Amino acid sequence: MSTISKRNLTQALTAFLFLLPGLVLFITFLLGPMIYSFRISFYDWNIVKPENSEWVGLANYARAFSNPIFRRAVINTLAYAIITVPGQMIIGLYVAVLLDQKIRGRAFFRVIYYLPVITSWVIVSLLFEYMFSGQAGLVNYILRDVFNIIPKNILWLADPILAFVPIDLLGIWKGVGWTAIIFLAGLQAIPKHLYEAAEVDGADGIAKFLHITIPLLRPTTVFLVVVLTIGALNAYISNLLITNGGDPLDLTHFILTLMYEATFKRLDFGYGSAISYILTVFVFVISVVQIRLLRQQVEI
Amino acid sequence: MGLKKQQFVSKVIIYTLLIMGIGIVIIPFWYMVVTSLKPQSLIFEMPPRLWPQEITLKNYIAALGKDLFGLYFLNSLIVAISTTLSTILISSLLAFAFARLRFPGRETIFYLFLLGMMIPPVMLIIPQFIISKQLGLLNTYLGLVLVYITMNLSMQTFLLRGFFEGIPRDLEEAALIDGASQWKIFWRIVLPLSRPGLAVVAIFTFLYAWDEFPWANVAITETTRRTLPIAIAFFQSEHLTEWGQVFAASIVALIPVVLVFAIFQRYFIRGIATTGLKG
Repeated sequence: MSTISKRNLTQALTAFLFLLPGLVLFITFLLGPMIYSFRISFYDWNIVKPENSEWVGLANYARAFSNPIFRRAVINTLAYAIITVPGQMIIGLYVAVLLDQKIRGRAFFRVIYYLPVITSWVIVSLLFEYMFSGQAGLVNYILRDVFNIIPKNILWLADPILAFVPIDLLGIWKGVGWTAIIFLAGLQAIPKHLYEAAEVDGADGIAKFLHITIPLLRPTTVFLVVVLTIGALNAYISNLLITNGGDPLDLTHFILTLMYEATFKRLDFGYGSAISYILTVFVFVISVVQIRLLRQQVEI
Repeated sequence: MGLKKQQFVSKVIIYTLLIMGIGIVIIPFWYMVVTSLKPQSLIFEMPPRLWPQEITLKNYIAALGKDLFGLYFLNSLIVAISTTLSTILISSLLAFAFARLRFPGRETIFYLFLLGMMIPPVMLIIPQFIISKQLGLLNTYLGLVLVYITMNLSMQTFLLRGFFEGIPRDLEEAALIDGASQWKIFWRIVLPLSRPGLAVVAIFTFLYAWDEFPWANVAITETTRRTLPIAIAFFQSEHLTEWGQVFAASIVALIPVVLVFAIFQRYFIRGIATTGLKG
């Protein structure tokens, strides 16, 4: 009896040593910061002398909600999610279905489609900024001179709405590869005999896709909707680089570019923390709602 | 015969669609390469050419010779390699404890770690900045590496725990009877058998650390400590119209990423497919 408990104790001790480095990092740089940030959001935080920080209660949160620039940033962020999430999913599924056929060079196609995913956000953001530049950009040239769709050059980045064209297209272009790989894994997990049985019953390609593929991809779809939405709500780098975070007139902010500006340009750490907590709650609520809604549909 | 013909037509359609898709993916990259090879006077040429009229390496020479580019490349390399090695070690230690050892609170601690996969990383930037400032970690390699390890810990531990659980226990039990310690089992048996899993962790963390921008953007203020993404972003904001040089630097920064990916893509895709779906 005592040898068993001694063995348990030794094993617990060993386990503790295995966990130690990871736990220290996790507490110092993740769990601790999370709690710390919550506290800061209730202060007019003094970054030089934290002990001089002034408690302001919910004032930072109230300031955010009453600020038109913040509300605009929320709308911009939501619009980005509403456009890029379905965009990535529809094109991603389309590419995955193509890649799932018996074709040669599948590895090659996968590598190419994945290239935007592994490229740093900084590089692709600058690239899109250049392609969409007003006077001599490639996109204006194609639209105006090749297809004659527009009469004169569009100044994409000078317009608070049109500035989102490069940002949203970039979001879709960069994310399709990953979405397609996840869909492809989902497609390959569907048992082939289901399709064969449907063929015996005389189902055509479209019927098979609608009645077998789509329903059986449901778990993958739920996963993608949730993960891609979280990613979209946290979008930041492309906007920061393409619009300089808010240009023109602070009308093109995302929630996080606003957080970045408040915190690291105006050193308003309390306000910045409040914004990032609002975003976190936002992300959490949206994820839970999405999971609930999409799961319910499965049961019906 | 009719069926064969039909199959042939559908094959042609599939390849055509796939190749069109590849065009959309590749054209921006191609345009970047072409721009990097153009002389500065043709950067805003009309019409913009997708095939350069005259090729010059001037942008590469200028960009790489300027602004401590070699140092930035080295900074990125040091940070990415240190992050990769430490993440492999620390997350496999954690994963081994969760997969093999018995201790009180195992499930609770494991789920606590999973929390790390759900938190939007940018929300942590402010407190991470304040804590790093207090610990004197701003503008250091260590300050970047420690945060990068932490941000990868949850996902990689989760991945490796799954991997370790798939390893048959017979070998370990034999070793235990021979009196081997848990450490020895971890180091001599479990780790060597998990090479494919460790490869996935290595690729993910290397690419993450190589590409990371938001944290480095606030943690690094000294010019000499910049990593490549920061350096390229700054370079562009300081030399607004010198796109040729911006893209020359970008392409050099992109080479290690493409190499790592091309070599390990098989592991990589499998890793995404499995972790992505479970995570």
